[in-house]
Amino acid sequence: MNTEVIQDQLNKKVLDSLAEFIKKPGLACSSDVWRQRGSEIPTAALMLGVNVPDHAMTFRSLCNLLQDSVTPFVVSVHAKECAAVKLLIQKVLEQLMGRGVSVDEEQEDDTALLQKTQCTISALCQWYKTVTKERRRQENKCTQVSPKRKENLAKNDLPVVVIFKDFEAFNSQVLQDFILICSRYTQELPFVFIFGIATSPSAIQHRLPHSVSSLLCIEVFHSLSCTQHLASVFDKLILNSQFPFKLSSRVIQVLVGIFLYHDFSVQNFVKGLQFSMLEHFNSQPLSVLCCQKHEALLSAKILSKQNVERIRHLPSFMRYVETQEPQEQVRLLTNDEHVKEVCQKLLKNLHTYHKNYYPILQCLHSLTSSLPKFPLGKHIRELHVSCIEKNLWETEEYDSALQLLRILAKDELVAALRSCAEILKSANTKRMQNVLQQLEDFLGRLEALQGVSSEDSSGNGVVSAKMEYQRTDLFQLQKTLLEKESRRTKRMNPFEVLRSQVIDFIDSLVREYLTPAEFQPLNEVCYYSSSGVLRQRLNVTPRTSIQAALTHPFYYLKNESLKTNTGTISSAAPDLCIVYKLHLECGRLINLYDWLEAYVTVMSAAEDQDTNSEECGKFDSLKHARFIQAVSEMEFLGFVKSTKQKTDHVARLTWGGC
Amino acid sequence: MSHQKSFQYADLLSVLERVVDIMSAPDQYSYPSVFIYGHRATGKSHVVLSIMKDLELPHASVDCVECVSSGLLFHQVLSAFFGPDAAALLPRCPSLSDFVRLYKQMSSNSPATQTRYIILDRAERMRDMDFSLLPALLRLQELVNDNVTVILLSEIVWEKFRPNTGCFEPLLFHFPDYSKGKSLVQILSWDHHPSYTPELYASYINILLGVFFSVCRDLRELRHLAVLNFSKFCEPLEKGEAKESDIHKLWKNIEPHLQRAMQTVYLREVSSVQWEQQQMDEKEATTLRVLSAHAHIELPYYSKFLLIAAYLASFNPARTDRRFFLKSHGKIRKTNFLKKHEKTSNHLLGPKPFPLDRLMAIFYSVVDSRVAPTASIFSQISSLVTLQLLSQVGHDDQLDSPKYKCSVSLDFILAISRCVCVCVRLLDLLALSLVIQSQVVRQERSLFTAVSNLHLL
Repeated sequence: MNTEVIQDQLNKKVLDSLAEFIKKPGLACSSDVWRQRGSEIPTAALMLGVNVPDHAMTFRSLCNLLQDSVTPFVVSVHAKECAAVKLLIQKVLEQLMGRGVSVDEEQEDDTALLQKTQCTISALCQWYKTVTKERRRQENKCTQVSPKRKENLAKNDLPVVVIFKDFEAFNSQVLQDFILICSRYTQELPFVFIFGIATSPSAIQHRLPHSVSSLLCIEVFHSLSCTQHLASVFDKLILNSQFPFKLSSRVIQVLVGIFLYHDFSVQNFVKGLQFSMLEHFNSQPLSVLCCQKHEALLSAKILSKQNVERIRHLPSFMRYVETQEPQEQVRLLTNDEHVKEVCQKLLKNLHTYHKNYYPILQCLHSLTSSLPKFPLGKHIRELHVSCIEKNLWETEEYDSALQLLRILAKDELVAALRSCAEILKSANTKRMQNVLQQLEDFLGRLEALQGVSSEDSSGNGVVSAKMEYQRTDLFQLQKTLLEKESRRTKRMNPFEVLRSQVIDFIDSLVREYLTPAEFQPLNEVCYYSSSGVLRQRLNVTPRTSIQAALTHPFYYLKNESLKTNTGTISSAAPDLCIVYKLHLECGRLINLYDWLEAYVTVMSAAEDQDTNSEECGKFDSLKHARFIQAVSEMEFLGFVKSTKQKTDHVARLTWGGC
Repeated sequence: MSHQKSFQYADLLSVLERVVDIMSAPDQYSYPSVFIYGHRATGKSHVVLSIMKDLELPHASVDCVECVSSGLLFHQVLSAFFGPDAAALLPRCPSLSDFVRLYKQMSSNSPATQTRYIILDRAERMRDMDFSLLPALLRLQELVNDNVTVILLSEIVWEKFRPNTGCFEPLLFHFPDYSKGKSLVQILSWDHHPSYTPELYASYINILLGVFFSVCRDLRELRHLAVLNFSKFCEPLEKGEAKESDIHKLWKNIEPHLQRAMQTVYLREVSSVQWEQQQMDEKEATTLRVLSAHAHIELPYYSKFLLIAAYLASFNPARTDRRFFLKSHGKIRKTNFLKKHEKTSNHLLGPKPFPLDRLMAIFYSVVDSRVAPTASIFSQISSLVTLQLLSQVGHDDQLDSPKYKCSVSLDFILAISRCVCVCVRLLDLLALSLVIQSQVVRQERSLFTAVSNLHLL
């Protein structure tokens, strides 16, 4: 439903920032400054940050943008494909000439002539000349251009853009050679390079020696940092009442945690979001009600009996029932139709709750984000998480934030309130308009205070001026300061009175609208809360699951006979599990014969307990073969490897038990 | 430009006389191969090519960087001498004998009336090609039985070329470097600005060389710098603040700019256009947005710790791990804690390879919280490798125990650890490893207090 929207928004952000980038090199290379500079190749070093998974999309949109607006000759190369200069040149030629042909179908014969031996930049030069000639002729034919424009066209040769997607991964020798070769042809072929750099611009200096980098004319461009990118995605998708699907605080923490701790990839974040949405609609049958308001009301009317029963079992609904009158409680528990009606009412409430929640959240954030030390978090997502998790006004951080707000200077307060008013203007519910009016009222009163407070301050000035004439005596000074202090506490000036009123007003707003989502009846419909599942799916631990499979085969195989107590080794388990458990008891080097004997003991112990001990130690070739197969499987899984230190031993590759 | 050429000829007179001597009798067989070497931008290719052009000699000029295979080289030579049709006759993957056969065939059709020259620029690349190619080209004249001379141009001396099987010895020429006083000033003065007198430009060049000659003798680079900074030099003249004769005043004006240019332009940290723009809005004292100013890299939280762990593993001897990272590491023997060879600074020796296990062990002990060994932790290691912050050593045992090296500097690590941890312990560890590495081991007492501090934490 909203995945396309997400993609669009992501793309838009990237495109906006890139449009500026591209125009610059495009313009620069068309101006004739470059021609004077001889063999310098204009180069854009595009700083993309370490979130490599996001780069693909950036480059795709960059390519499209360039092809649409600047030049059709765009090549993007990947380090993997270009292990040698030959391959790199071949790649460039393939992409360029192939594309030229697809534009002009008459020239198809030319590519047939292109042999592998001719795979040089000079061949490309020839091709470029013919193509540009062709273009110019066509343009002249199509439009009778004025001579002035013709000149322009002749001057502005279309640049050939080569995009190195992952600059760091390129073999530096290959790059050097390629740049040297290209610099020989800059007179005929207007090259422009774009380096996609993940780390820092100094990577260029690390890869290229001075003799090569002096052939480039490098300019650095910075793309949006990934945290900013995340913030905008967060703003648009999660802090938005438009989308009915919501995440609980735990889930948000997991997703943001993966982002911050592991990959910095916005794309993975969006994928996590999509996954949790899928999970939600898949696992929660009541998610039929998780849609736009009128659709939700419609589907609430035609809820099936089973779903009504499910609603009754929702914890939030049960809490709601408990607060009702006894008579109402009985009706809610017995009458399906009544439940449906109440359900519609509750859904409406939930929607209005969201509509009011987000503007107030943004207001509170804009008020507190400028406070020193960020008591309520730097980012709005932190504030959001703490709001939907618990009663915000009961936390210490909130208290300290309010205290800081209470000592805010006047102009700061006014500025903050103004921005709040801006936010509230975009909210279109009745209550928010009400709040806005009250806020503007406060603002007006603050403005009106202007004259009064200025008088006041001038009075203060006189006092301080007087003090200067007195002899500075430490004791005296202390005394006067104390006096001043006590006077201030006694009598607040009108601004201070008003300020505390404003803060109280904000406090009341927070208490009214920023209640945790968990207390809203029917919140389970919209909120996805199983963070454990999400963590298990998105932040996988392959080794733990392999170990779990080997120690507790029942967990995956679901065979009743495999249920065992921990610590014992069941012979019914697969051979691999038995061998694994036995090997846990060994040290770094494992004697194969001892291991085999232990294995056989376990196996024969199961077969018949009452055979005498002589036969116990012996084993047939079948068991031997099974053991060898299990050991080689262990080797394949990477738990042991053969070693040359001791004969008949294998080395363990893991530490410790499970 | 033509002035400049003639000047360069004069400067290299003795060499040139001999070179031209060889080429003076085009109808006779010439010496089979000539080897010319000299530093970058001493005018090797320029001289040879302009002789070819001025005397209108038949020649094929090939840059060896371009020839990724010997086939390309043959192709270019043949098409230069006998036209593209002849080159098209070459088989798909031509061998040396194919080339010789075709050359013979063609030259019998159109025998050389004067010596043909094959000029191979950046000939040092030839050494990486087929090992028989170089000896064969050196005596190509004998092979094809034609009046042909191969000229090799290189920055490397001939001794580095000579194959160990021996070969025909070419004629050697050396192009000497330009001296500061005479030639560089005069060469650079040739491209003086038309609206100013040559004397002014010459004095400008003198100032420029005074600043840059100690770091750069590359003619091309110096010309680049001269062009870039000249407008700044002329600024007081245009404003009328100084006259052309006030050399001292002009010098005062330009000197700080040149110093700054040495920090940025020479390293190509800013493009020439950016530099010019900066010069334009100089008055606002814009901070230079240079490449190295952005050395800081944003990394995910665990990547930072992985990098720190890798650094510690790379620069600390493995046997000290027990002491640094274990809470109870047994008795500390005061004597012989570090062996003698370990007392030399590890930073001088460079990073040492370490296995993945050790990296992970250090990582777990460095990170405060418990971290599950998730797939993304391991993928972060490999992405650090692709970002070239770590490098993988040894490619034989990829599956079982891959080995890595940390390839970032101490400053980088310190910057990262500063922004990552309020935790003093880690900084202590870093400091400790520093103490050990910087040979202050003799003051063992301070080290032990550091260790005991570590324990208290």
